[in-house]
Amino acid sequence: MIISIASGKGGTGKTTIATSLALSLSNVQLLDCDVEEPNCHIFIRPILESRNPVSIPVPGVNQDKCDGCGRCQEVCAYNAIAVVNKEVLIFSELCHGCGSCTYFCPNDAIEEINKKIGIIETGRKNEIQFAHGKLDIGMMMSPPVIRAVRKHINKKKTVIIDAPPGTSCPVITAINGTDFVILVTEPTPFGLNDLSLAVEVVRKLGIPFGVIINRSDLGNKKTDEYCVRENIPILMRIPFSKKIAEIYSRGDPVVKELPEYREKFQGLYKKIKEIKTG
Amino acid sequence: MKIAITSSGTTLQSGVDPRFGRCPYYIIYDTENDSFEAIENKSSLAGGGAGIQAAQNISDMKAEAVITGNVGPNAFRVLSAASVKIYSGATGSIKDAIEKFKNGEYEETTGPDVGSHFGMGRK
Amino acid sequence: MKQIVIISGKGGTGKTVITGAFAALAEDKVMVDCDVDAADLHLILDPEIKQSHIFRSGVTAFTHKELCEGCGVCKTVCRFEAVKDDFTIDPVSCEGCAFCSLVCPQNAIQMKTNVSGKWFVSGTRFGPLVHARLGVAEENSGKLVSLVRQKAKEIAESKNYKWVIIDGSPGIGCPVIASITGVDCAVIVIEPTLSGLHDARRVIDVVKYFNVPAKIIINKYDLNHDMTKKIERWSEDNNIQILGKIIFDKAVVESVVEGKTIIEYSNDGVTKALRNIWRLLEEELDRTN
Repeated sequence: MIISIASGKGGTGKTTIATSLALSLSNVQLLDCDVEEPNCHIFIRPILESRNPVSIPVPGVNQDKCDGCGRCQEVCAYNAIAVVNKEVLIFSELCHGCGSCTYFCPNDAIEEINKKIGIIETGRKNEIQFAHGKLDIGMMMSPPVIRAVRKHINKKKTVIIDAPPGTSCPVITAINGTDFVILVTEPTPFGLNDLSLAVEVVRKLGIPFGVIINRSDLGNKKTDEYCVRENIPILMRIPFSKKIAEIYSRGDPVVKELPEYREKFQGLYKKIKEIKTG
Repeated sequence: MKIAITSSGTTLQSGVDPRFGRCPYYIIYDTENDSFEAIENKSSLAGGGAGIQAAQNISDMKAEAVITGNVGPNAFRVLSAASVKIYSGATGSIKDAIEKFKNGEYEETTGPDVGSHFGMGRK
Repeated sequence: MKQIVIISGKGGTGKTVITGAFAALAEDKVMVDCDVDAADLHLILDPEIKQSHIFRSGVTAFTHKELCEGCGVCKTVCRFEAVKDDFTIDPVSCEGCAFCSLVCPQNAIQMKTNVSGKWFVSGTRFGPLVHARLGVAEENSGKLVSLVRQKAKEIAESKNYKWVIIDGSPGIGCPVIASITGVDCAVIVIEPTLSGLHDARRVIDVVKYFNVPAKIIINKYDLNHDMTKKIERWSEDNNIQILGKIIFDKAVVESVVEGKTIIEYSNDGVTKALRNIWRLLEEELDRTN
């Protein structure tokens, strides 16, 4: 089963839930798809085994073969190519790597060059298989790096995906096609607002889901009422605890310092399996 | 020769629009016969690279100069490659801008005015 | 006129609460919510919508099944796994490159313009607010962020306002880049955690890459004094000014629940710290004129 953890609002506890689950179960693979700001490695401290660049193919023009016809510019949907005075100018930061210009060049004058936009690192910690992606600074688009992390999905394991915050393309790329989504929220107006947006996304993708309410005693009852109204299972409630906040702030995993939580996360997994089969 | 002026409207009374890539219109003024036409700027709808597309359009129209408020680095690169002269920092009405241009009051811009991405630059 | 953006790298550090506080403390300003796919600032500013606009961005492929002969060329060229087995298009994965549309021998694939969201100009008790709502599962290319920023700038210029105060989003990708370029100062909100510092470092690298000056606020600093010291040392080593430190206080959550800025809700430690921070920021930016 592939379980993804998303939220809408940032800072609700996705990484805490993802790492706690990974550390409480067996036969687990943890994939950190928050490639703009990956944090799982801080808590899991995996021993890294490989590091590979992630590239997107951007066009490179062979001046000898190019006659400045401008066909590449015509087909580019992203304004990444300009052709003026028969000179081809490429703006690779706008390129999505679709391959259209290369295909349509009548003179075979374009070849694809790899432009590095990030890296993937894989490794392990005890029994946990681990991989994460990191978007390079100054690069715009995270989905290609997220796709590269997801290529490592090992279906023989229980796969846990830590998704980025938000509700747009990076989150979609991270959670699409997974078997279950855990939405982590806090019981505040900000949390509820963003949760309802995230729920719309998950429903649009047609994936079963449930909610974890973190810092459950700091806020109001509206999130509970919302979940009941919308028939959304509340999988777990974690009250605010200065102890947990402090453990987290040091970069230590909660289930290591408070082992009673291990059982709670095993229970969470059981509940998810029940929902999936029930 | 033809000059392109970024405009907020379709007449000579319209104001010069400060944005090269996302202005609503260009006024293309022909110095030879003192005529002009207003062209809708389709690049204003672009997701990204509005300046690039706009510069491409200006070059395709065979304009030899551009009068505008600000030009970003991508548009600057395309306009330079197309040998289009750039006069930025313009304000006031289109009519004023044309007069100033004829009187040689504008200095050619030698680098992008605005430093960065999506045409939103530093002053 | 100065533009300030509040960002953090990591989510949940307090950007929106601090933006709300600046909105309450600054004079003559426009607020902008650039966290367009999870906008929250309106929840404490209580806006009255004055203008509402549709936002269109990009195109999505659409297969006219009656014209399709099932040759499958579209599927072989698509790099985004957006062409399904029946040769219809998954709009969520489609990136609008139009390659499929161009190669289809039957001309069966049409590119349709997306209505991607809405943006608004509203009035609030603190001044105008420009905000937006990106549609569900839409691409957040930064275009909507640039649009709301441009509108806010126009309002500020036309009314001779002093400040544009921008609530940013988490992360470092295009929406964040679109919210920081060209501002006079990026205020980075850091919480005293290892994750928080890790993420702040990355977003500060982005800020520097785009040549934008940065300053730091340490929020909830008493949750870990050692980490706070670590952040202070790191800031000093990297020559980034710390505007101030704010204590953790449940009153902040209470103020959000009441739909108020913390400044209006209480006069305790958090408010006092924010008043000092705003005053310092104002002085610093007035100096760099």
